[in-house]
Amino acid sequence: MAHNNSYVDKKFNVVGTRFNRPDGIDKVTGKARYGADASAPGQLVGKVLRSPHAHAQILKINTSKAEKLQGVKSIITFEDLPDLTGADQGMADILENCMARGRALYDGHAVAAVAAIDEQTAAKALKLIEVKYKKLPHVTDVDEAMLPTAPIIHERIFTRGVEPKPTKPSNISSRTEMGNGDVDAGFAAADVIIEHSFKTEQTHQGYIEPHACLASVNPDGTAELWVTTQGHFVFRNVCAGLLGLDIAKLKVTSSEIGGGFGGKTHVWVEPVALALSRKANRPVKMVMSRDEVFRATGPTSSTSIDVKLGAKKNGEITAAVAELRYQGGAFPGNWAMLGCMTAFACYDIKNNKSIGWDVLVNRPKVAAYRAPSAPMAAFAVESAMDMLAKELRMKAIDLRLKNVAREGTLAPYGPTYGPIGIEATLKAVKAHPHMRAKLKPNQGRGVACGFWFNIGGQTSTDLNIGVDGTVNLAVGTVDVGGSRSSLAMIAAEELGIDYENVKANIADTTSLGHNDMTEGSRGTFSSGMATIYAAREAIEVLKQRAAKTWGIPLEDVSWEEGHAVATGKGHGNLPKLSLREIAAKSGRTGGPIAGHNEVTADGAGMGFASHICDVEVDPETGRSTIVRYTVVQDAGKAINPDYVEGQFQGGATQGIGWALNEEYIYGEDGRLQNPGFLDYRIPVCSDLPFIDTQILEIPNPNHPYGVRGVGETSIVPPLAAVGNAIANATGVRMGHAPMSPPRVLAALDALDAG
Amino acid sequence: MRYETPASAKEAAGLLKKEKGAAFLLAGGTDLLVKLKMGIVEPDLVVDIKRIPKISDIQSSAKGFTIGAAVSGAELGEHAGLKKAWPGVVEAANLIGSDQIQGRATLPGNLCNASPAADSVPALIAAGAKAIVVGPLKKRTVPVEKIMIGPGKTSLAKGELIEAITLPKAEPRSGDAYLRFTPRTEMDIAVVGIAISLKLERGVIKKARVVLGAVAPTAIVVAAAAKAIIGSKLDDKALDKLAAACSAACNPIDDKRGTIEYRVRVAGVLAKRAAKVAFQRAGGSL
Amino acid sequence: MSKSTLVSTTVNGDAVEFACPTDESLMTALRDRVGLTGVKEGCGTGDCGACSISLDGRLVCSCIVLGVEAEGRSIETVEGLSQNGVLHPLQQNFIDHAALQCGICTPGFLIAAKALLDRNPNPDESEIRYALAGNLCRCTGYDKIVRAVQATAKDMRKKGRS
Repeated sequence: MAHNNSYVDKKFNVVGTRFNRPDGIDKVTGKARYGADASAPGQLVGKVLRSPHAHAQILKINTSKAEKLQGVKSIITFEDLPDLTGADQGMADILENCMARGRALYDGHAVAAVAAIDEQTAAKALKLIEVKYKKLPHVTDVDEAMLPTAPIIHERIFTRGVEPKPTKPSNISSRTEMGNGDVDAGFAAADVIIEHSFKTEQTHQGYIEPHACLASVNPDGTAELWVTTQGHFVFRNVCAGLLGLDIAKLKVTSSEIGGGFGGKTHVWVEPVALALSRKANRPVKMVMSRDEVFRATGPTSSTSIDVKLGAKKNGEITAAVAELRYQGGAFPGNWAMLGCMTAFACYDIKNNKSIGWDVLVNRPKVAAYRAPSAPMAAFAVESAMDMLAKELRMKAIDLRLKNVAREGTLAPYGPTYGPIGIEATLKAVKAHPHMRAKLKPNQGRGVACGFWFNIGGQTSTDLNIGVDGTVNLAVGTVDVGGSRSSLAMIAAEELGIDYENVKANIADTTSLGHNDMTEGSRGTFSSGMATIYAAREAIEVLKQRAAKTWGIPLEDVSWEEGHAVATGKGHGNLPKLSLREIAAKSGRTGGPIAGHNEVTADGAGMGFASHICDVEVDPETGRSTIVRYTVVQDAGKAINPDYVEGQFQGGATQGIGWALNEEYIYGEDGRLQNPGFLDYRIPVCSDLPFIDTQILEIPNPNHPYGVRGVGETSIVPPLAAVGNAIANATGVRMGHAPMSPPRVLAALDALDAG
Repeated sequence: MRYETPASAKEAAGLLKKEKGAAFLLAGGTDLLVKLKMGIVEPDLVVDIKRIPKISDIQSSAKGFTIGAAVSGAELGEHAGLKKAWPGVVEAANLIGSDQIQGRATLPGNLCNASPAADSVPALIAAGAKAIVVGPLKKRTVPVEKIMIGPGKTSLAKGELIEAITLPKAEPRSGDAYLRFTPRTEMDIAVVGIAISLKLERGVIKKARVVLGAVAPTAIVVAAAAKAIIGSKLDDKALDKLAAACSAACNPIDDKRGTIEYRVRVAGVLAKRAAKVAFQRAGGSL
Repeated sequence: MSKSTLVSTTVNGDAVEFACPTDESLMTALRDRVGLTGVKEGCGTGDCGACSISLDGRLVCSCIVLGVEAEGRSIETVEGLSQNGVLHPLQQNFIDHAALQCGICTPGFLIAAKALLDRNPNPDESEIRYALAGNLCRCTGYDKIVRAVQATAKDMRKKGRS
């Protein structure tokens, strides 16, 4: 059945209202089961031995003493994870990241792992494993790693994207360039040019639930994995590939997920747990410590970015250039490329150019973090926009509106925009009461914009109608922010029944077709689309059954508000049949009633937001306090406004944490100094005011309900919104995030020194 | 790991003294259990003192207060008399960690963990607090400033433990205050901490004690800072001298929580602010 | 296997015995030996509050209490919040106000919020924020959590009057 994804303007009954989430009761009563909450008969405890060095050759691993310890059931090193990745370098990198192969590439890199009968025995066994290291020179700073004198992390890396092809390896994995027009001509036409350099430090997704899984591999190659993940189907494929298992024989069940924000799109301990289980022939449970989570998983890139903007006196930006350097940890990534794509996406600038450098350093392999790479580029560009406005003596918001991207604008990364919401969010900001709230001494207000692509991707859903007329909706995108509620609402809307009669579940990998990760704000967009299509298929079946019941042609049956209605001539006396009535007779009219859909959801609508931030800076300590904050974002269509607001508020808060205090601090020895929640300072409740939100709805033309992804864009503007507010409060432009008290105080001093 | 719950402080001291392996005292456990979890300590013996009679009591008398070694921060905060007499001590103790930590953390624990950044220690020193130290054989009373001798190090001998902390009776027209600087509002470790205790006579500062935390290997009593405000009504000149004396007394390190430069600077800033609070609590008007 | 000690406690009103190694945290004992996995581990070092419980009426992080310390003591966990099949007003308001997303921090927030309302039935916004500062949430920005606690305080005061 072919489906049309075009937006149709219609009045909704369920969509757009506020319903409680189906997982709510389990989560408030402690019944919800997360990664660490499963157990299996005879399970062992798995633990990982990690490198204490930033970069070292592993000369020898001696496990003999640990093997002799009573209660130890299996020990693995890279030799137990043979390289089956063939020519797939990306998979080979994942394998090497899961377990070091001859070299430890960062502090916290896994070197060996143990499974034992209990926690204490496993911990003791780790201490008995002897590893002989030869320390190698290391580099952790993105700019230093690009120097020709820097220690080389992989001899196989020759910079891609430069001509002529380099003859020597380096830590620069690739160079990207994109843009439109002629920037030299643009700058020549400019009346005012500003240039500034920015740095952002590395941050972690900071989900409260550590990575955890329970793995069980049988000698016949069948296996099960219970895991906290953003995508159990992808985990299945990756783990099967790394361990040489058949995809169909590895059943992966996603637990409730205790936060991910991109950090649970990558495998770390899961292949290790499977390998330990395979060797011991017993189930193995692994739960990372917080220290391990910080040292070995997640983080996002640290960056160094230069921005140059030129404009005419009237505020028209004639040229924009950004050069962006992003580190991806010890393995190559495409993080700078994403930075390039997003940097100027909010604006219609005829001449623009972005150059990205993807760089390797001795830090953990970078993982996606909510709108990956965009917040850093936005910090630089949106700060520079305010600097330019100041030079032009324009209001910063008017400069943005003057150059704002609209429908028809050629985006710097290639496409021409359809209907987008950036101009509407800026106008809403301008009209917002927040903009007129009075500022006290030492307070300042900043505005910044943000963009995220949002994605669609492979999706599969299964909708089954019970004989009592209640509906099971099986989806394969993990629920990270309330999507079970939104998807049940969509199913109820399509079928014309009450929300309470739909139960959405996350199906395991043996029960549904492949689904890509919940990433790129795709969950509600793509599973929503597949749910609509599945419901429409079910409606077709319902109509067939009604036609059969009535003994009339199918084309004489329509579906209206949860009922089959006979519409053809001469059927006027037939009473309409409810879904429940049709379902009750399904056993006699042709069997179970269901709808399925497998789709690659295209046409994800771009997400744009503008934020307003009021900050108070203590001029004597440099400490900044957020006193007011407002998020305005285009959601396309808010299925459940409560959860859309939740995404806006959560993303903004992560951005605020990044803006003010969150950062990885590495010592001279290349070791992470703050791998814990005490010294990696995510915002606490008393650090924040209420986060005000305003949802705009500019329908995405490529979704039946107009839905756009909403999960990520909200983390993009805060760094610059805070930076601009600090600049307006103090007169100092902060070029280095986080804008922690020592950095702000030093900048204030430099300003005083003139 | 052996776990013991002795019935007296003397018995606890005996257990600690006798143990040949690594022995640790457990009161609130907010530091010990973290070290256990991180694998920093591997105890052979843990002596839990919370079953000792009166060890969780706050006793007030004409001489002042005796605070049992297992009294938690939350209990200090709920004691109206103590809060009225020594608000600076109570606010310092209540700044340690979250409400959850407050449910367990104790003053002697904060003291004997011997972190330079301990919040309650400068306030206790400024207040003239003493530790009642019990050993297997004898008991002694030691000024709090003599307990910590360096990061992670105390002057207690093997087998000695703190049974209680005593605070003198607060003098009329006196006041104390503790302020610290942290990047977050809560759940943080002091980058700089400062306690000031002072007494007024006819609106003029007669006596003062100024103690800095987190800017040297131990909390430091800054006599020059006290001198800077004694005899003054806390005018701007006195405050500037106080700030300068505090900054000059700093001997900090650069670490993940703050730079030398920043700590020196902010010590002076906080000194002024803390002095104003203590001054007003003593009944002075600015 | 380390030697275990038998510990007798009251958990959510019931007499409960468990045996655990002396160096095991109360959090682990409650999760792995008593089966109360509503007690969550976010850090194991008292920095996130996900494992919050009430111990003899005092709010604590169970990850920094030894299991053996619980001998003779009374413990309340999230599993004991709802009584006779009825959700505690905090639980209902957390659902109604969308005060949870991933939910891993929720049990700790509920226990901490209950501790606050037990001692202060009418907290202002700032008091709520400081009382909950020991509980980290990475999903919500705390906005809807604070609102749910405010709503609960209002509901409970109204109920107390009637």
